[in-house]
Parts: sequence; C-alpha cells; structure tokens
Amino acid sequence: MYSYDAYDQAIVDARVDEFRDQVARRLANEITEDQFKPLRLMNGLYLQLHAYMLRIAIPYGTLSAKQMRMLAYVARRYDRGYGHFTTRQNIQYNWIKLAEAPDLMADLATAEMHAIQTSGNCIRNISSDQFAGAAADEVADPRPYAELLRQWSSFHPEFSYLPRKFKIAVIASDTDRAAIQLHDIGLQLVRGPGGNLGFRVYVGGGMGRTPMIGHVVRDFIPVGQYLSYCEAILRVYNRYGRRDNIYKARIKILVHELGAVEFTRQVEAEWAEMEPLGLDAPAAEYDRIRAQFAEPDYDLAASDGIDRGDPDFALWLDQNVHPHKQPGYAIATISLKPVGGIPGDATAEQMDLIADLADRYAFGEIRVTHSQNLVLAHVRKADLYSLWAALAEADLATPNLDLVTDIIACPGLDYCALANARSIPVAQQIAERFASLDRQHDIGELKIKVSGCINACGHHHAGHIGILGVDRKGEEAYQLSLGGSGAEDASLAKILGPGFSEAGVVDAVEKVIEAYRTVRTGPDERFLDTYRRVGDAPFKAAVYG
Amino acid sequence: MAEVQDQAAVAGAPSPPETAAAAVLSFRAQPLYDGPVVPLVEFTSASNTAAVRLDPGDDARALLPHLAGLRLIEVAFPKYRDGRGYSAAAILRAAGYAGELRAAGDVLLDQVVFMRRVGFDSLAPATPLDRAAVDAALARFPFVYQPAADGRTPVWALRHG
Repeated sequence: MYSYDAYDQAIVDARVDEFRDQVARRLANEITEDQFKPLRLMNGLYLQLHAYMLRIAIPYGTLSAKQMRMLAYVARRYDRGYGHFTTRQNIQYNWIKLAEAPDLMADLATAEMHAIQTSGNCIRNISSDQFAGAAADEVADPRPYAELLRQWSSFHPEFSYLPRKFKIAVIASDTDRAAIQLHDIGLQLVRGPGGNLGFRVYVGGGMGRTPMIGHVVRDFIPVGQYLSYCEAILRVYNRYGRRDNIYKARIKILVHELGAVEFTRQVEAEWAEMEPLGLDAPAAEYDRIRAQFAEPDYDLAASDGIDRGDPDFALWLDQNVHPHKQPGYAIATISLKPVGGIPGDATAEQMDLIADLADRYAFGEIRVTHSQNLVLAHVRKADLYSLWAALAEADLATPNLDLVTDIIACPGLDYCALANARSIPVAQQIAERFASLDRQHDIGELKIKVSGCINACGHHHAGHIGILGVDRKGEEAYQLSLGGSGAEDASLAKILGPGFSEAGVVDAVEKVIEAYRTVRTGPDERFLDTYRRVGDAPFKAAVYG
Repeated sequence: MAEVQDQAAVAGAPSPPETAAAAVLSFRAQPLYDGPVVPLVEFTSASNTAAVRLDPGDDARALLPHLAGLRLIEVAFPKYRDGRGYSAAAILRAAGYAGELRAAGDVLLDQVVFMRRVGFDSLAPATPLDRAAVDAALARFPFVYQPAADGRTPVWALRHG
C-alpha cells in the first residue's frame, strides 16, 4: 500500500489548516453561505436534507486496517455510529456538524486520509479494480498509476474549475470490474506490440441524464506519457466543454457533439504541444510508488485445499470468493448487502472487526468495490473458514455477491437533497422478496441498480435491471430499465415502459425475473445474456401484458 | 478601498490612487501596465496596441504571433466558476510570453493560488482582496504535485532531485 512521505503529509496538513480557517470564517459570518459553498464542496462537505454529509476519499478503493479503524472512529465520534460506502469507492457520513468538521479532517490526516476533491467541478477520486494486485488476469498492478494520477490531479491549477466534475478509472485486466467505459476517462493498462506497458484510453463515457459509453481515443499511450496525455484531454475539455448548460457540461457531450474522430484529433494536436513541456513524472517516481505496492509476503507453503464440509461456508465460498494469482491464496468479498440492510452501510463495530480480520488474514489491507462491498484481497485458502466464521457472526458473510440481492443503491430521498424518490426502501423490498438463497442461486448473476434521481449515482443505466426514481406529480415513482452492463461488455439499459409505484416496481422486477426463468436456455444463461438474445418483448408482455 | 490601494503601492504598482488599477494586486518586479486594453476582436483588426483582453471564449493561441509586442494580456473571469482562463494563461506562458498576465473580474481569495500557478502575475478582482490574506493563501501550501507556469518544483522532482 502507498504510504505518505513528508511531502504528501505536509500538503494534506496544509489543507486541514486551510479548511479550519474557512470554517472559522463561515461560523463567524465573515463569509456568506454562498461564498462558503464552493469551499466546503472542494472538501467533500455537502449540505443535505437533514445535516452536512461528508464524503471521504478512498483512493482507488484501497484502505489499510489502520485507515478502516479511523473510519470507525469517525463514525462513532462525529456521526451516528455508521458510514456508507459509495459507488465511487468512497465513504460518506450523513450526520456531520460543521463546527466539528475541521477536527474530523485533522483526525483523518493522521491516518493519511482526506476529503480533497471528493466534490466540485474538478478531477475526483481515482477509482480502480478492487482485485488489483491479486487478479490472475492483470498485466500489472494498476494502483501505482492510479496513485500517480491522484498526486497529479490534486490541486491541479489548470483543472480545478472545469465545466463539470471529472472521473477517471484505471484497470489492468480485460475483465472490467471498475466500469471504465462509463467514466470521463477510462484507462486500461495493456502490453504494446513490443511488450511495453501502456494504456488504452477511453474518453466520454458516463451516466447521469445522458448516459454514454466511452470511445477509444488511443489504443496505446506509453506509461511514461499518460499523465501528459490526460493533461491534453483535460485541456481540450476545459477550453471547449459546454458551460452554458449544467446538464450538457460533462466531457461526454463534447465528445458526442464534436464526434470521436474530431475530438481525438484535437487531443492529439494539444498533446503535441504539451508533451515536450516535461509534465510527465520520471520513471523513478513510478518505481518509488510501485515499490510500496510490492507483493505481500506470501506463505509459499500455503495449501490449495479447502475443507468444504460446512455447507453454509461452501455457499459463501462459491459465491464470494475469487481465484488469486498466488497459489494457496484467494480473494474474499465481504457483502455489505444483508437482506433488509442498507446497501453499502457498515457500522463502526463492523469496520473495526473488518480491520482486525484484515490484519489477521489479509496483510492489513482492505478494498472497497464500486458495487458497495468490501474485499480482502490476499487470504490464505487455509484461513477462509475462520474468516468466514468471524464475518458471519457480524452479519458480514451474506453469500450473495452478484446475485439479485446484491443491489447497488444511492442514498436517495432518505438523505440526498437532489433525489426525487427513495432508493433504499426499494432495494430492501426487492432483497426481502428474493431472500431465499435457493431462489437467488436459481436466478444466478443479476445486477440490480437503483438511483433516486436522474443523476444516476446508483448506476441504474448499467444495471442488468435498472430502477430510476422520478417525481410524478409530487409522488415517488419508478422507471424500470433492462439490459445495462458496466463491465467489459458495457451497454446502457433501456426503459421497458411506463413507470410504477414503489410497491409496483418490486412486483414488476419479480415478473421480469420470472419471465427470464421461463425463456432462458438453461440455468447457465445469465439474465443479461437472455435479454440480449430475446430482446424486451417477453419482459414487456410479462409486466404490462 | 484605501487599504487595498496602499497594499498595491507597496507591491510596486505605479497606478495613481484615483484609477481602478489601484485595486490591482501585483506580483511583478516591473511596474503594472496602465494603458488602454482592447478586446481580442479589435486587436486582430487594428493591432496598434500593447494590451489586449481575452474573454473566456477567445482562443489564446490567436495571440501567439504577436506576443513579442504585447505588454499586458488581461484574461477576463466574468464568473469564478468559468475556468477557461486558466488554460489561456497556461498556453500563453508555455509559448514564452513574459509580459504582464492579469486575471480580471470574479477573482476570489480561494482562486489566487491556482491563478499564480498557471502564470498570472497581476490580479484585478472586481471586489478588492486583502493583500495580507492573499499572501497568506499563497504561502499556505508548502509543496505542489505538478509542474506549472510558476516554475515551482513538483514533489516528484524534489523526491528524485
């Protein structure tokens, strides 16, 4: 894991001082709420329906056990004993008091954490593959590159007042676990013709009210030049992205209006100007960072055998555990989706327990996934049973990864000032409807994603089944979409038909799923594949017929 | 207002107190340019002037053939949220422009660090800024992560100096 040196720490500490000063000026009424708003937003502090919400950055979704304990402390000391992991691999707290926020930031800084650029029209937290460094199919660990991007984008003077927010994701496998084609910039680490590392660069993907899939603007940019190439993309966007309409201000609209060919031409022309300016970090800096992501000290004698004697453990093993590149090891996903729970929420006690288990079984490291679960990336197979037993006692071993109850949901109208409708209760009711594990396994992989408004924080466009909350004449209503994917086969979900009430949408989801069970070729054909094969007619008939 | 004028004078700004330029904060060794400023559209048609204003939609590169004859380029920030002027400044400095580069308009305390970094060396805020507060803001962050027009050494270069 990356740990701060004196430079990193000094910058984050300076930020805490600056924020403390800004809050003091606000509390003394020296600045108005209007003047304060952009300042607090640059520090991740939103004014929501009931209180301030603070979003803390978890760079590329990687946390140390020490940092997880800090998040537990923050939950107890400054909030109501829990936190909410987000689809950006960050964490949010919903009950923050403004006067306490500077102390909170100072506490975070002691654990090498911050809330810098978790909001505002700037480059946001860099996201990545939760299996980075452990996946058998990656060409190299993408996180050193993500860390370099974090540093490069922090307080970037040219790109802090962009037309709109800007999200970058980095992966290193053909299997996309980070939805890179739905990001402003998606970077996939690949090997070039000569075997050298570089990035395939996607630009212009995104969700929100105008969902789009990104375009490849370059098949290969050598790793030694990806920062200046990103800088060229950002400059074209900063100069020519639309600023006349907040809903058309993301880079996807610029790429769409110019066309991918003309946009690419402009980026290449800008890069030709910028590449000679020495904007790229030297290889020595990459090497310094990479050394901190060195392979853990694996037990080379670790056994590959697992005792599957306990049937409940075997269920979890089959659903929540993935292969690891190191013999004798596995990747374990901790579900934050117990049936009836709030997707992505964890209590302070759960966070502390996970930190302890990470120390005991996973080299003290934890990952956050964009589907709002947690991962212990390097677990000895021989330890999986003990790990599972400890997780199960804390309601953290639900064996439902990628199943119908593993639902993504934004905070929705229960918390969010932008929402039109509640998301959490819909997710809870669907999970309760399908609570039977036998039924979940029969249905197989099915990703349901719920957003409480058009901004799509719940990724409904990328849901195999997507649910969007809308306001219909003052009533909460829900639209149903089918066929989306945020993976390497990215696609956008298509609206099935007229919307529903809260109870109606749960019934409609069940009808869609029963129709799928009828028309699938067999249990091996996923819902998404069935939908792609047969189209929406059988589902329309089942729901509206 | 008077306090701001004094601070501008301390910084070496030559403008007489009764002009609007008195509120300009200078970070230049040389005096501020005090003559008339023409918008880009007029500059390109009749180029007998040493000072030009760029509005957010203007292409800074239109000035590149004329940089040697310019003493002031003023970049307008009608709204602080409109960040196009940062790219204009970066482009002009990268092209070698060494004259006065002024950010004018909705220039607030919390933007001055970024403005200085991309190469602005004078600031003309519509609402006067307290010079001491500006200097404190500029001194707050001890290190920077990326190279920019101000020439500060990025952290990665300090690490491998």
